[in-house]
Amino acid sequence: MKRFILIIPIIVFIIIIAVLSVMTLQTKEGRNPSIVPSALLGKEAPNIELPMLARNIPGGFKGSDLVGRVNIVNVFSSWCVPCLAEHPQISWLATNGFPIYAINHRDNVSDASNWLKKHGNPYFAVGFDPEGRASLEWGVGGVPETFIINASGIITYKHIGPITKEILKEKILPKLHEAKR
Amino acid sequence: MKIIFAALIMIFLSPSFFLYGDKLVLASTSNKTSISEEIENKERQISKLLRCVVCQNQSIYESNADIAYDMRLLVRERLLAGDNKDQVINYIVARYGDYILLKPPFQANTVLLWMAPPLMVLIALMIVILLIKNYQHKNIYQKTDKLLNPEDK
Repeated sequence: MKRFILIIPIIVFIIIIAVLSVMTLQTKEGRNPSIVPSALLGKEAPNIELPMLARNIPGGFKGSDLVGRVNIVNVFSSWCVPCLAEHPQISWLATNGFPIYAINHRDNVSDASNWLKKHGNPYFAVGFDPEGRASLEWGVGGVPETFIINASGIITYKHIGPITKEILKEKILPKLHEAKR
Repeated sequence: MKIIFAALIMIFLSPSFFLYGDKLVLASTSNKTSISEEIENKERQISKLLRCVVCQNQSIYESNADIAYDMRLLVRERLLAGDNKDQVINYIVARYGDYILLKPPFQANTVLLWMAPPLMVLIALMIVILLIKNYQHKNIYQKTDKLLNPEDK
């Protein structure tokens, strides 16, 4: 009995090392510990209303518009470099039948309009969020971020960071098909 | 060398050094409209409890990040709307999760986190007590052994 108690610290130590090494290996395989999990998964899309960016850009939407089909909500800014990197993938999704709503995060009208003119506007509707207030409602930590919302208006997936070609194929498309079921 | 050291200590100890930091944060949150001291105090208190999501180990009170600024405004907005401290915190937790809290709440998935340190202390105490008992036992045995031995011989 005494011996057993003396061994306990060693056992606890080994368990801690085991847990930490498993976590380290996971990090190697792509689990990013700096990514903040979303509290909104499985919940209804926030019903905050976003105004239109400019008259010639379709837009303005609210959470309740996102019901009836699978929708994507993409948070972007003209000043955000990774947003430009994911722009071809966003455009691909738009031309392949997935309506994408945009939250234009902490931007100004002329920069955002010029950005969309220059790189193309794949968005079904753009909502303007110059003060980042709506982004807080969506639990946004930074740009870009992408949400998948199913036909009942429930957020089923959130991707943080740019959507690369690999991520599009391996994560976004499977999650979109899942949301359609 | 000593003089430089003393001067540095003086600078760090002087209240203006801290005031500067405090003013910096307050200036960035203050709107043009005057806000009651009570709201400001509550805002400061709550801001210190919330994590800045892009800085990870700073509160939104300490951080100069855009999102921290937005969140301080949100805290103020909720306070002005009449929310109390818990309501404001719950509002933000509902959107950002428990992760936003710098101090993790005590609940089912954090039991281990909270209970591990006291458990470790308990185990350590048990081991120490056992070792002391063992030591005393041996000592008594050895003493009696020594006392008994000459008589036996």
